[in-house]
Amino acid sequence: MINLLKILPIFVIQKCLEEVIIITHSNYILTVMKVLKKHAYYQYKLLSCISGVDLLLKNYRFSVVYDLLNVDTAARIRVKTFLDGFNSVESIHSIFYNANWWEREIWDMFGIKFLNHPDLRRILTDYGFEGYPLRKDFPLSGYVEVYYDEVKKRINMQPLNLSQKYRNFCFKNPWE
Amino acid sequence: MILKKKKLVKELQNFTINFGPQHPAAHGVLRLILELDGELIKRADPHIGLLHRGTEKLIEYKTYMQALPYFDRLDYVSMMCQEHAYSLAVEKIGGIEIPLRAKYIRVVCAELTRILNHLLAVGCHSMDVGAMTPFLWGFEEREKLMEFYERLSGARMHSIYIRPGGVACDLSFKIFEDIYTFCKQFIIRLDEIDEMLTENRIWKERLINIGKVTAKNALEWGLSGVMLRGSGIPWDIRKKEPYEVYSELNFLIPIGKNGDCFDRYLIRMEEMRQSVNIILQVFEKFPNLQLGHINYNYFSPVNRNEIKISMEGVIQHFKKSSEGFVLPFGETYLATEAPKGEFGIYLVSDNKEHPYRCKIKAPGFGHLQILNDMSKGHMIADIVTIIGTQDIVFGEVDR
Repeated sequence: MINLLKILPIFVIQKCLEEVIIITHSNYILTVMKVLKKHAYYQYKLLSCISGVDLLLKNYRFSVVYDLLNVDTAARIRVKTFLDGFNSVESIHSIFYNANWWEREIWDMFGIKFLNHPDLRRILTDYGFEGYPLRKDFPLSGYVEVYYDEVKKRINMQPLNLSQKYRNFCFKNPWE
Repeated sequence: MILKKKKLVKELQNFTINFGPQHPAAHGVLRLILELDGELIKRADPHIGLLHRGTEKLIEYKTYMQALPYFDRLDYVSMMCQEHAYSLAVEKIGGIEIPLRAKYIRVVCAELTRILNHLLAVGCHSMDVGAMTPFLWGFEEREKLMEFYERLSGARMHSIYIRPGGVACDLSFKIFEDIYTFCKQFIIRLDEIDEMLTENRIWKERLINIGKVTAKNALEWGLSGVMLRGSGIPWDIRKKEPYEVYSELNFLIPIGKNGDCFDRYLIRMEEMRQSVNIILQVFEKFPNLQLGHINYNYFSPVNRNEIKISMEGVIQHFKKSSEGFVLPFGETYLATEAPKGEFGIYLVSDNKEHPYRCKIKAPGFGHLQILNDMSKGHMIADIVTIIGTQDIVFGEVDR
């Protein structure tokens, strides 16, 4: 693992709960992935998943987390990169095919752009959905509600109108 | 005149059809845009998200305990396996060691769930292809398994039985006997299904050499579980990264040779036998295990007696059930072998009572991506076989 620091542009290698985490700059993600996959020592051939995290109020707004797996040695590694709201990260679909949908999901949920992605469409949300639901500043209840219009005989949307105000059960712990 | 002629000899375009979302063979709400050349599939573009409920967002607003029931509702045919993954992730961040007895109970539940899932997978797959009987037989057995669920937790499907810190309650002795009897007769039922399908000419013709995935492709597409083993890669998280007590149990991992739908069907059948085998092994070890309690004050519920006699106990109980417990800073990616494949939880905790981020890695989401590759060049009827073999459930794909 120490050798990785010599051959790759990595900031740090961390260990959290026995799991290895590599933190790298978003510009180098393609190189890091390629080496981790192809290098004879590492052979992380399988991409488990890519997750986005919204770190609101931190120096960097988002982090993109790649979980890799080596099937032969049963080793896992996590590659992390941090982005601010305006940056984008290179798509790794050319190295791992299944990155395609995971990246689409992150685009859908967080609005992080992936450069050179073959088709960056929304994937989980409705056709014509607006906003990025998993961002921390997106309200849990959303902005619009859908109802069936009896007169027009079709499904319609209108701005959300809650009969009871949304309550946030987030108590401050007095014992801290 | 020449121009006009050119317009006349227009090339025939491919025919595009819309498959689903209300098609019974689409296993829920899959919308497929199929581009056809005659009856051959040129391109399949799955549109998912019709069952999107924002589970990940909702979990961020709930306490760790309140988030648990959402996991039942992800893949609604293998409920306990997902609770299991989440519970393990919470325990890992919290540094909680659960009693040995609870670990064994969890293994029994996980394996019962695996049978439950594979019965549906094989049953529905065979019905998609045209065989009605195995489906009905499978559902009869599923009904018995559902009853075990009900007896364990009170709910037939969305049992919140496996919880962070162990299981909801202990097993009774009677249920042991009944699970044991079930296991004994289930093998015979399985043989019947096997007899019905494995040598069946129609079944073989519909499955062999359909939806082939090579080992290289399987890795490139990040497949897991049966899909990966079907292509000949011996990867089972229970074996390779053992969690709970799987390292002490003896079981085999079936792997395929050709990577086609038939291999994956055979693997599912064998996995059910192995699951029965695991359950019986657990029962041999079980009677010697003591009933255990976890001693993590910040985490474990208050003793019932304490609540009745002391004010402090009542306050503790109220705080724990309303506010929940706080997990320390940390993050983990925890993968378990759910029946469908690798079910992973990426849990980020920021020292609060609710998860900061809970990413759910659903196996079905990964598998559905390869649909285009698997179905290319096959007939339109084969797409149904391929969806069946991938064992897609939309609760987990759309989350």
